[in-house]
Amino acid sequence: MELLAQQLITGIATGGIYACMALAVVMIYQAIHHLNFAQGEMAMFSTFIAWQMLAWGVPYWLVIPLTVAISFVGGVAIERLVIRPLGDAPVLSHIVVFIGLFAILNSLAGFIWDFTIKPFPSPFGEGSQLGGLISNHQIGMIAVTMTVLVMLFAFFQYTRVGLGMRAAAENPESARLVGIRVGWMIALGWGMAAAIGSIAGILIAPIVFLEPNMMLSILLYGFAGAVLGGLTSPTGAVFGGFMVGIIENLAGTYIPVIGGELKLPIALVLIVTVLVFKPTGLFGRTVVQRV
Amino acid sequence: MSIDTTTAGTAGEKQAAASQTVLPAPAAATSNVKIMRAAGIALLVIGLAAPFMAGNFLIFQLTMMLIYAIAILGLNILTGINGQFSLGHGAFYAVGAYTAAILMDQFGVGYLWTLPAAGMVCFIVGFLFGLPALRLEGVYLALATFALAVVTPQLFKLSPFEHWTSGVMGIVIAKPDAPFGLPLNPDQWLYFVTLAVGLLAYVCARNLVGSRTGRALMAVRDNPIAARSMGVNTALFKSLAFGVSALYTGVAGALGAIVVQYISPDSFHFALSVALVVGLVVGGVGWLPGALFGGAFIMFVPNIAEELSKGLSGAVYGVIMILMMYAVPTGLGGLLKAALGALSKRSMNR
Repeated sequence: MELLAQQLITGIATGGIYACMALAVVMIYQAIHHLNFAQGEMAMFSTFIAWQMLAWGVPYWLVIPLTVAISFVGGVAIERLVIRPLGDAPVLSHIVVFIGLFAILNSLAGFIWDFTIKPFPSPFGEGSQLGGLISNHQIGMIAVTMTVLVMLFAFFQYTRVGLGMRAAAENPESARLVGIRVGWMIALGWGMAAAIGSIAGILIAPIVFLEPNMMLSILLYGFAGAVLGGLTSPTGAVFGGFMVGIIENLAGTYIPVIGGELKLPIALVLIVTVLVFKPTGLFGRTVVQRV
Repeated sequence: MSIDTTTAGTAGEKQAAASQTVLPAPAAATSNVKIMRAAGIALLVIGLAAPFMAGNFLIFQLTMMLIYAIAILGLNILTGINGQFSLGHGAFYAVGAYTAAILMDQFGVGYLWTLPAAGMVCFIVGFLFGLPALRLEGVYLALATFALAVVTPQLFKLSPFEHWTSGVMGIVIAKPDAPFGLPLNPDQWLYFVTLAVGLLAYVCARNLVGSRTGRALMAVRDNPIAARSMGVNTALFKSLAFGVSALYTGVAGALGAIVVQYISPDSFHFALSVALVVGLVVGGVGWLPGALFGGAFIMFVPNIAEELSKGLSGAVYGVIMILMMYAVPTGLGGLLKAALGALSKRSMNR
């Protein structure tokens, strides 16, 4: 029983990270209808920036807002400089450019900070609560992701900019007619996705350790969450992220073939199964396309 | 579909090209074919002479270049000819490599016999993966194959397969000697084997593209609905394209395992799939000879970049990929065709 409870808590804690990645992916998908394969590497790069600031002796409470701000600017810059000029280029071109970004960020991080694995301190310190059932870091992870998600919900529900971003994603032509600057809304979406990714990166780094390839599997779980919840639904993506976290941990514990180390194939099975049997995901809506 | 029609067609299938693009004058077209043919023969002569002039390490590198070219040729059949996208061809390469290694290591099968075996296994695996992929288009297919590529190293570490794959340890393979007492060292012999397989693969691919099946594959790429109404079984041809493409990549993987003499799950990291896509894009999507240039690019450019600084090769890849998408989305093939077109136009004006 205690094992089950522990695995559930671990699942929810890592699920929060997957939810953040899934949300970041869905935000960009809704804006430009492409999957950002470089999302994980953007988050990894942000985490390295945070690590560098910590190494310079900047206090933790300052590092997080600074990293988020830098990531936001970086995300906007990538959209403006790399993605926007592509315009309506075919899917293949977009995918190639994303893979190009992936390769650049990955090896640039290795070039600047080396490929060795680095420990990353937790912002919440060591130690655990409830007799070792849940670590301080896990409590922090759950608290931070919940706060981020609630804030984002409020932002998209109640603020002018948030509503503008939703309108721009939903119907660009009409949004433009009522005076929303659609191009900048998309750039803003990229900035926010990068910022959310940076938080996810900082929270997961103490667990998976910091290295240029650390986000590849996290991104895959994020994709699995986004697909499970439905690529057209941010709420669904968040739910899917948590689901994937829980499924991953329970399967790793109770299915002997998989074991604790090799849980990644679960993500592949989830993605292919959902895409084949219910491509819209649990919460997504069917998109009808005119021939 | 996602690939525009101008990328289609080698010099050999004038008909297909002519029906799609502005009609070039027949005289100019034949002169282009002549130039291409002469270039092909020159390349072949260089290819045959190279192993007698190069050192063993360079021969090894050239062999790997040809192997990558075969794999990219397979990817090109899927993406360039059939319009489906795959970020996961590293997985088929790995399946081919493991099939060959296990057959040699556990069953003592001769290395040449492992090539058709690896091809068949990969054809089946690719065909089966193509079945669910049928329902996926564009972005979704990229996502599914991306997942496949990322998961590949872990799949081969799973405990049920450990008996065959030796898990993380990997499998060591002995290098075959040249048969019949030929005066060749093992490196030279493997180079010629690879060259022969590569030529065979290229000829088969060209004939496939020029055949009825090839036209059906291209019709599915250009307009699936129209193709279906013309009586093309789109589902069958899409799965078939996946199977054939995986077959090519699997044979390349088997050759790779024999030449490198060692495989382990971590040899088939996501970077391998990225490299194959890079090679495809650099060589030119839809232009079959481009595979050779793509193979040369992914074999030699990282080496040069790594010499400058470790970790730079990925950045070089990335920058070149993005720049090519802006400037020459048709790759080297497109550049070459444009250059030849300009040449023949000038000669006609004279």
